[in-house]
Amino acid sequence: MIRIILTICYILLAPLIGGLLDGLDRKISAKMQRRVGPPLLQPFYDVSKLLTKRETAVTKSQNFLLISYMVLMILTGAMFFSGTDILMCFFVMSTAATFLYFAGVVTSSPYASIGAQRELLSMMIYEPAVLFACVGFYLATGSFNVADIARSSDSAIMYLPGFFIAFVFILTIKMRKSPFDLATSHHPNQEIVKGITSDIGTKNLAIFTVTEWYENVFLMAVVSLFVVNKNPISIVVALVVVLLVYFLEILIDNASARVKWQTMLKTTWVVTLFTAGVNLIILMIIK
Amino acid sequence: MGKGLKSPWLLHYDGSSCNGCDIEVLACLTPVYDAERLGVMNTGDPLQADILVITGGVNAQNEATVKQLYEQMADPKVVVAIGVCACTGGVFKECYNIKGGVDTTIPVDVYVPGCAARPQAIIDGILKGIEIYNQRAEALERELEGGIA
Repeated sequence: MIRIILTICYILLAPLIGGLLDGLDRKISAKMQRRVGPPLLQPFYDVSKLLTKRETAVTKSQNFLLISYMVLMILTGAMFFSGTDILMCFFVMSTAATFLYFAGVVTSSPYASIGAQRELLSMMIYEPAVLFACVGFYLATGSFNVADIARSSDSAIMYLPGFFIAFVFILTIKMRKSPFDLATSHHPNQEIVKGITSDIGTKNLAIFTVTEWYENVFLMAVVSLFVVNKNPISIVVALVVVLLVYFLEILIDNASARVKWQTMLKTTWVVTLFTAGVNLIILMIIK
Repeated sequence: MGKGLKSPWLLHYDGSSCNGCDIEVLACLTPVYDAERLGVMNTGDPLQADILVITGGVNAQNEATVKQLYEQMADPKVVVAIGVCACTGGVFKECYNIKGGVDTTIPVDVYVPGCAARPQAIIDGILKGIEIYNQRAEALERELEGGIA
């Protein structure tokens, strides 16, 4: 029963929470730059404006591809909150990302195409850390099922500090934050206009934005899974950890410049393979 | 402000300006003036923009570009001409390659004179543009409702 309630809560509330997190992001970023910044609800104003504009689509297939991207991303989170296999969640998420890639390349815009290529590259770069995280959860708790991991006697992070660092590291890529915002940037100053979203406007951009909110809430839920155990107090601790991780991402975003994909590949693979790898070896020895 | 446009996204295009007005446009986004507190974002993408901000006059070479940028923007849209060159052609008016102000190529809604236009004036011009945007948004809403019925 609780699984159904959690799943429905995710589908209904994730856009709300994701939008608020986005608003918080912009507000905190503004404060870091000594600006007043937009209102907290600015992301909602943006999306509602996009929905009232006259619809334009560069190609009709873009509508279908972006809707598929959204539906699959919602499915990812819904599967996670219904407590199923975490590996399956990440596979569905990769499928969703593939639809976004196609939405980028169906238009003939060179900027969107370059952005889409970079999106594909970043998928290749973060995927090992994601798979590592799944394997780590299995080794620490003996199950791939989210429900079992969340009900384990100890927090997974006790066994998986290295996996946690690797996962937080790739969050910067997944959340499209500087220095790894190669595919598309939230900031209006990119060398390839708006990257993968260059040819996405009006209603389609609203779909893309809301899907990103769903994705962010899902990713934050995975972060919290590292902390949550059968003790209810751990949920409060997990919320604090999530907010800290989110703040860290904003800080990194504001304190760094975009890198080339070669640098992104090297640093990400070195950091994630090292931290998660060492953790994995230790885990296999002690367990 | 109440109901109406709360997230004006700008597309900034430099026609043939001396860069004076462009510096002032960018100054609007700095901590001193912080136009983002009004929801203003400077996007580089015509498909996502609401307000086209043009500095400098239109010349023979960029006329087609200005037209294309305007056509790529989704309705409702507003054009704000920043600086005297964008309004009338300014000191470059008599040049052989200058067509004149922006209104020789696309319809302009708000004129912000000045050489260079001050950030206060630019923000004021954008707020005027938002009022026009709201009127057009209402008209579009009525048109779309009429289309369904």
